[in-house]
Amino acid sequence: MPNLIKAIVCLFRRDLTVALRRSTDILTPLVFFTIVVSLFPLGLGPEPSVLRTIAPGVIWVAALLATMLSLNRLFANDYADGTLEQMALAPYPLTVLVLVKIASHWALTGLPLVLISPLLALQMHLPESAISTLIFTLLLGTPVLSLLGAVGAALTLGLRGGGVLVSLLVLPLYTPVLIFGAGAVAGVVADIDIQAHYSLLGAFLVLALTFAPWAAAAALRVSLD
Amino acid sequence: MHKYASPKFFYSLAGRMTPWLGGVTALLLLSGLYLGLFVAPPDYQQGESYRIMFIHVPAAWMSMFVYMLMAGSGAVALVWNIKLAEIFASCSAPIGASFTFLALVTGSLWGKPMWGTWWVWDARLTSELILFFLYIGYMALEASIDDPRRAARASAILALVGVVNIPVIHFSVQWWNTLHQPASVSKMGVPTIATSMLIPLLLMALAFTVYFFVAVLIRMRNDILERERHTGWVAQMLESKP
Repeated sequence: MPNLIKAIVCLFRRDLTVALRRSTDILTPLVFFTIVVSLFPLGLGPEPSVLRTIAPGVIWVAALLATMLSLNRLFANDYADGTLEQMALAPYPLTVLVLVKIASHWALTGLPLVLISPLLALQMHLPESAISTLIFTLLLGTPVLSLLGAVGAALTLGLRGGGVLVSLLVLPLYTPVLIFGAGAVAGVVADIDIQAHYSLLGAFLVLALTFAPWAAAAALRVSLD
Repeated sequence: MHKYASPKFFYSLAGRMTPWLGGVTALLLLSGLYLGLFVAPPDYQQGESYRIMFIHVPAAWMSMFVYMLMAGSGAVALVWNIKLAEIFASCSAPIGASFTFLALVTGSLWGKPMWGTWWVWDARLTSELILFFLYIGYMALEASIDDPRRAARASAILALVGVVNIPVIHFSVQWWNTLHQPASVSKMGVPTIATSMLIPLLLMALAFTVYFFVAVLIRMRNDILERERHTGWVAQMLESKP
């Protein structure tokens, strides 16, 4: 068992190190997120009341798209240089290793999105009470996006046109998270009780945490065949 | 049991079954349409246009049912490695997608006289739309993998993930819909449906189900021929039938 824990720690640190050496990969989704959100006032006009009503949906959709753009990074490099095959051969359950990779992916994409979101919320004139809700729902929701996205990334590994394909597979699965994530923020703006939104987002997280690594590992085994 | 699962045996069995099932489909379809279009009385609220229901509701039912079948046979293919189950799953996807598309189109045609617009973000229509996207993703994934065995396994995993998500998506959309449209128009205006309308509806649902099996059998026969084209029995059959 200590070996497994050691492997987990090693893999997590390795993934972080590799990603930080190529820091543009981390910054690109983040910049994309900011630009997409900033485009909406330009398209719709700077009316604060309009921006306030669309802000929850816009920020959440932009977070969905930014996560999706970064999914390619999850397995593709390791697949190209053969590391992934070694992981599949390693004496540790592939499911656990996949979960570690997802965790490091979230730490490098989901977490920065959460951290920058208050800035965008201010830009979109969200009231202060809604900003904390936005942060908490993103904290609960972005791991789900990474987990579900891992399944899509594993399925499309090494396929031609994988980047567009992954969006086709993953975006329909993201709808529940979008509904409740954006719904909670909009609920605070409209002064509705949002306890249920938090509970359901938490439930999605538990569900995805239970099944997604397993499905992603199975998909990786198919892709590595 | 293994005999039935061999593509060669299944090919001839399916060939013998399709004419019979096709006849049953035609019979059910004609009687369902006759009862639905001519015998059933017009609805007191919706007039004649409610008759779209006899196509729309069975198509919507089938769109869900086919996805379940697809995921189920995908699971069978993954666990027991049965080729026929893979072929069934890949052949039923386009048919299921067509049912979903039909449900969307008829729903929109129904919406025009009922609600005055072609599209309403009604809970059922929206989850049907997302189901359509799931079908498209499934077919796109399958089409982009060249090796058919690998394609079948990858898309089976996707179908299983989708099947877990369908109820979640459905209830999320329903919740979202009630939040945004408190006075949402319920599609099946009447909670209890008159027998004279129920019988044609059930006949049509049955007709759609049998039709699905006819269509899937025909597609499977083509698929089997294509996959097995290098084997002896296909060559023999092609020689004997010029």
